[in-house]
Amino acid sequence: MTEPSKLVVRIQRSHPDRWEEFHVERRPNANVISVLMQIQRNPVTADGRKTTPPAWDAACLEEVCGSCTMNINGKVRQACSALIDKLDQPVTLQPMKKFPLVRDLTVDRLKMFEALKRVKAWVPIDGTYDLGPGPRQASEEQEIRYVLSTCMTCGCCLEVCPQVAPSTAFIGAAAISQVRLFNSHPTGAMNAADRLHGLMGEGGVADCGKAANCVQACPKGIPLTSSIAEMARETTKQALRDFFFRDERKGGSGPAG
Amino acid sequence: MPERYIVVGGGLAGLMTVIKLAEAGKRVDVFSIVPVKRSHSVCAQGGINGAVNTKGEGDHPDIHVKDTLKGGDFLAEQPPVKGMCYAAPQIIYLLDRMGVPFNRTSEGLLDFRRFGGTLHHRTAFAGASTGQQLLYALDEQVRRYEADGLVRKFEYWEYLGFIKDDSASCRGIVAMDLRTMEIQAFAADAVCLCTGGPGIVYGRSTNSTINTGSANGRSYMDGAVYANAEFVQVHPTAIPGEDKHRLMSESARGEGGRIWVPKNKGDKRAPKSIPENERWFFLEEKYPHYGNLVPRDVATREIFAVCRDQGMGIDGGDAVYLDVSHIPAATLDKKLGGIMEIYEKFQGVDPRHEPMKIFPAVHYSMGGLWCDYEADAKGNMIAGSPRQQSTNIPGLYAAGECDYAYHGANRLGANSLLSCIYAGMVGGPAMISYAKNNMSSKGDVPSSLLEGARKQWQGRFDTIYKMEGSENPYVIGQQMGELMIKSATVVKVNSQLDAALSGIAEMKARWAKCNVLDTGRTVNQSAAYVNQLWNMLEIAHLILKASRLRDESRGSHYKPEFPFPKPKAGKKPQDDAEFMAAWKARNDKWLKNSMGSWTPDGPRVELAELQSLKNPILAPEPRHYD
Repeated sequence: MTEPSKLVVRIQRSHPDRWEEFHVERRPNANVISVLMQIQRNPVTADGRKTTPPAWDAACLEEVCGSCTMNINGKVRQACSALIDKLDQPVTLQPMKKFPLVRDLTVDRLKMFEALKRVKAWVPIDGTYDLGPGPRQASEEQEIRYVLSTCMTCGCCLEVCPQVAPSTAFIGAAAISQVRLFNSHPTGAMNAADRLHGLMGEGGVADCGKAANCVQACPKGIPLTSSIAEMARETTKQALRDFFFRDERKGGSGPAG
Repeated sequence: MPERYIVVGGGLAGLMTVIKLAEAGKRVDVFSIVPVKRSHSVCAQGGINGAVNTKGEGDHPDIHVKDTLKGGDFLAEQPPVKGMCYAAPQIIYLLDRMGVPFNRTSEGLLDFRRFGGTLHHRTAFAGASTGQQLLYALDEQVRRYEADGLVRKFEYWEYLGFIKDDSASCRGIVAMDLRTMEIQAFAADAVCLCTGGPGIVYGRSTNSTINTGSANGRSYMDGAVYANAEFVQVHPTAIPGEDKHRLMSESARGEGGRIWVPKNKGDKRAPKSIPENERWFFLEEKYPHYGNLVPRDVATREIFAVCRDQGMGIDGGDAVYLDVSHIPAATLDKKLGGIMEIYEKFQGVDPRHEPMKIFPAVHYSMGGLWCDYEADAKGNMIAGSPRQQSTNIPGLYAAGECDYAYHGANRLGANSLLSCIYAGMVGGPAMISYAKNNMSSKGDVPSSLLEGARKQWQGRFDTIYKMEGSENPYVIGQQMGELMIKSATVVKVNSQLDAALSGIAEMKARWAKCNVLDTGRTVNQSAAYVNQLWNMLEIAHLILKASRLRDESRGSHYKPEFPFPKPKAGKKPQDDAEFMAAWKARNDKWLKNSMGSWTPDGPRVELAELQSLKNPILAPEPRHYD
């Protein structure tokens, strides 16, 4: 038994693989990050053994950068917004499982950024020089796009997706939703076909198993399942366009799709 | 060897520098301790300024220039400020073209809101996470260049120092892979540091954990001049936290939020049950013109005085109300959604219905690496001059919060995103000009120079891995933060600064007795931290020293022993001859940049005239917001 003023934290460590338990003083307004900071200042396990401070990723600490994503009591989320008062004890911390482990609580999420390249998640502007104002947009459009654009590439949606595994190529909800974001921009829409092609083939949107875990796990409330449904429809339409307009495409002067 | 450029840091300033270089067809290596999309720029909330003048208010870049210079009490070289304010509308348009989901008017135009230190609607915004949205837009453009092969990203790599040749020019950098702890030297024709501010020197601030200022600290140790270190902005409205203080954007007040405390000292009633006539709206009362939107330094001092001097804070403590609960919830969600969520998530209270409890927190460094500029006789920046954003080290550039150039003694809200992007826009082309002028004469970087620099750093880390002393570096870091908060924030007192200078000297001595805590070579965060900690101690030392030497009050730097001169009651400053004489005498002595140079015996700080004040675009005037 521990005193009520103590907090019990169990951390899954690597190098070598092991679990370590820490007892730290319970402080008001604590979150998982402040507890990890306490451990840094006194890296001693519950049984009094000196250890190394656990490695973890963090930056903004206000849930806009996505860095500190990990499994907390078995649920994937950001450590900064995991308030100790709202967590059951012992608090267990584990790295995300769907990404290559780097050390302790840090993983390599490079594949998410590579996926953004695959789907060409950008508006291909002509240049940074002065070309005047951008296209007008309705406020309602902006509100939809803004929510989609708050995706911080944290990886929660991939972590909970049954289709994402080391052996599968599924691109995941985040990148699919980004295609919707850029295809809904007046300029971005001009290259919609390029992005939709990025969602076809192996690992593309058709690999979604419709478990809908992603939308539950997204900390930003992004309507990921709507994005997936819409992009699935759009890729089907694109495949038809590709078929019917194949002669024009060959000539290079037909509609871009 | 083909031209090669290095940008250190992947926030707004870094990414815009990369874009300007890549757009010109240059090869760029960008180094960042985190994936660039996770840089601290994501924390900026309220918006970006530009006098686009769509609200029928007659706004103009000249008024933006004046607000910015006055906001910083004229301690900024004027041509860069003018260049920035004039470029601002086109920067906002550019971001819009990149797809930033800026809030819109009913006509589908960009919407603009009020911010501090101006009377105009000049701030474009994307909800209340504008910095995140801007960073993502630049991140996407850089990814496009990365896919084309022009840009190489070194993410999870930490800058250790720049490489100097015999003529003391910068020829590249040494950096460390934070995953494998491997140290490598990289040659470059020009290097730009875009490594942000040093908020973590204060322990808890509104900054990200990555904002150690370590890169600046090391560059300063290696000969770069660090200017105006004493000017550190304390933001009036933040939620105090155990791990950090979370910003509650100035845009809350820009959209009509009000600051108040109960009129009756110690009033225990819930805020909603205190009637309006029993609330003290102290900013609106004292500053009828600007109200809650006085510049940050002014608002922060008033909140401090109300809580600390008058004991009028909520429950007698360090807190005042920031109240937006009179604004319809739908409007709040649309315009301030991001910060509403942060408050609700971290405090468990819905700010749409309950006033928020806030207190000032360290936020932004106006000071940073000194940068040159080149302008014509009218004060217009000369496009492509290699002097723009150049530090005193040839070939080494600085842009963003890590430079000192744009904000003087106090930064106006929503000018930081602008200054980061503008600095990158002029810094990138300047680097290209510099390389063009110097490449043939300098030739390839000798491999012996690279290897020597790498070995020197490998040696330093080999020493760090062997540190087995009794001091925990994170404890020293925490104590450094407490010391800095106590002595170098809102109110500075010389005797406290003297004590803090001794305190820092002691901490430097204790650093040598650190225990590295971890000797592994996989993500050894504590070894990296031991190195960062020393660089932070150097910056802390310089902030204290520069604060100690500036015996006046200006912008964020406030010493009650040397208060702001004030005109006699009821008189306009210009009509009070005695006041004007005192004001001018103060400027003659102190309206100068403090130039910090590293020496083995501690910082050397000298005052230097502002070049542009010889022929100013705008003559300095007394700074009042009454």
